[in-house]
Amino acid sequence: MNLPVKTTNVVVPEKGVGPALREARHLSFWAENAAPIGLVVLVIVFSILSPSFLTIGNIQSMLVAAAILVILAVAQSFVITTGGIDLSISATMTLGAVGFGLSWQAGLGFWPSAVIALLSSAVIGLVNGLLIAKGKVTDFIATLGTLSVATGLALILTSGRPISITSVELLRLTTGSVWIIGFPFILAIVVGIVAWFLMFRMRFGLHVQAVGGSEEAAVANGINAGRVRIAVYLIAAVLAGLGAILLVARIGAAEPAINTSYLLNSIAAVVLGGVSLTGGRAKIVGPILGALLLTALTNGLTLLGVSQFYQPLAVGLVVVLAALLTRFQKK
Amino acid sequence: MNAAANSDVILSAQDITKSFGGVHALRGASITMRRGEVTALIGDNGAGKSTLVRCLSGIHAPDSGTITLDGEIVHFDTPLAAREAGIETVQQNLALVEDLTVWQNFFLGRERTKGAGPFRMLDRSSMRSTATEMLSDLAVNVPPVTSRVRRLSGGQRQAVAIARAAGWGSSIVIMDEPTAALGVQETARVEDAIRKLQASGVAVLLISHNFDQVLRLSDHVWVMRGGLAVAERRADETTGDELVALITGAKAA
Repeated sequence: MNLPVKTTNVVVPEKGVGPALREARHLSFWAENAAPIGLVVLVIVFSILSPSFLTIGNIQSMLVAAAILVILAVAQSFVITTGGIDLSISATMTLGAVGFGLSWQAGLGFWPSAVIALLSSAVIGLVNGLLIAKGKVTDFIATLGTLSVATGLALILTSGRPISITSVELLRLTTGSVWIIGFPFILAIVVGIVAWFLMFRMRFGLHVQAVGGSEEAAVANGINAGRVRIAVYLIAAVLAGLGAILLVARIGAAEPAINTSYLLNSIAAVVLGGVSLTGGRAKIVGPILGALLLTALTNGLTLLGVSQFYQPLAVGLVVVLAALLTRFQKK
Repeated sequence: MNAAANSDVILSAQDITKSFGGVHALRGASITMRRGEVTALIGDNGAGKSTLVRCLSGIHAPDSGTITLDGEIVHFDTPLAAREAGIETVQQNLALVEDLTVWQNFFLGRERTKGAGPFRMLDRSSMRSTATEMLSDLAVNVPPVTSRVRRLSGGQRQAVAIARAAGWGSSIVIMDEPTAALGVQETARVEDAIRKLQASGVAVLLISHNFDQVLRLSDHVWVMRGGLAVAERRADETTGDELVALITGAKAA
């Protein structure tokens, strides 16, 4: 029974640089903090290699470019905390974008179109949640199915053609900024803050973590695990719908494109953020930093003139490395 | 059951039957528990102990028979219903979420919040201090309530589960093999916690395979065999040998 004595340091972590340095000798320190460390390293390396990397203009465009991925990473984080995965997240975003485009085409204004974007995405989330919680379909298969369904619907509804949109509101959304921080990134950070409170300061977040940690124990304590699962897929889909609005604003059109890289990068950002795919341990800041890291990585490689073809390779390597590191996380 | 004893009966289960497909797990078992006592339930594997306990804690609904709590007939459809009636169960798997902290496990499903409407925040400090109090009332060598359950020893986990069960004003706590996986020292600590629980006026139903423990802790013993409660003894009027004979059927009730 020496255990509690040994664990005291872990339970009440000391603050400050000294202890952090001592911790740094352990592999678990690197595993826990892969995203912030990786981000700092990338920023240092790229700013040495390319003088334009740390310019205000580039930082500004990086933050705007990161916004959608940050939102999707937060969305994916809720699902992954329950031990699930949402493979349909980017297809859901595509369907949301198409919903926006069609409403806009039908003459509805910005706000009604935005609401329809959120609703059409939410439908996919609800289907995911019902399939997984009530139908007891494996998350992987259920969301793989809805990935295809949502992609197909987007193609059918648009006949495969992009709907170009010129809206004052969208233009303001994508170009407006407070100092150097663009509106899309501000929106993403607001999403992050709300998500953090929801996850760590509210009853719902505790139930999400409990269901992911041990569904059996959660249910024995009176938690409705099915409802929690439906809720996380719904949250993920609505956030994907929010991403859809940003995507339409960014491209200036609603495209029925597949956006696979957003799917892979959203999962990659969560893994980089130190969240275990087995669920139970929630993180919000980590995945956000992971999303920033991935954006900085592609941005830096582009600045260095590295061919686009190498970018998936680089992202893949970073993610696999992060996944290897998570093995050394403290339990 | 004679009339005099009836007044301090807190719980009585009469003629409980329960079948799973063709398997008759309970064939009309009847037991009673008295207020403020530790009642032990013993029997061989498959005798029906666990099924009976599951009926009492609302996990299974009995096929027939009545459960009377404090003189009123009750029906538990869910574990939550049993819990609301004041029957808490410490399951063998403890129902703790290892990734959560001690205080989070304590209040899981019954969180305290502050604020209003959809923006209710968890009242973390109040939950932490209450969990600390409840835990230290019951056990020595308690872990800080902010540590994750994953980092606790088996005995500490058991203590957390018992303290949680005891902490909700419950009148009955059911414990399924609380020390089965523990070492000597930790077993002693958990037994200590059970005694404190009893001293605070809670009636405990203890399922155990350990006859020494049963004789040490309990006031009354029920023996199950073949889906029936075949014998009852006062703990101070019986011996381990007699209990073994009753369990195997070598001695008739």
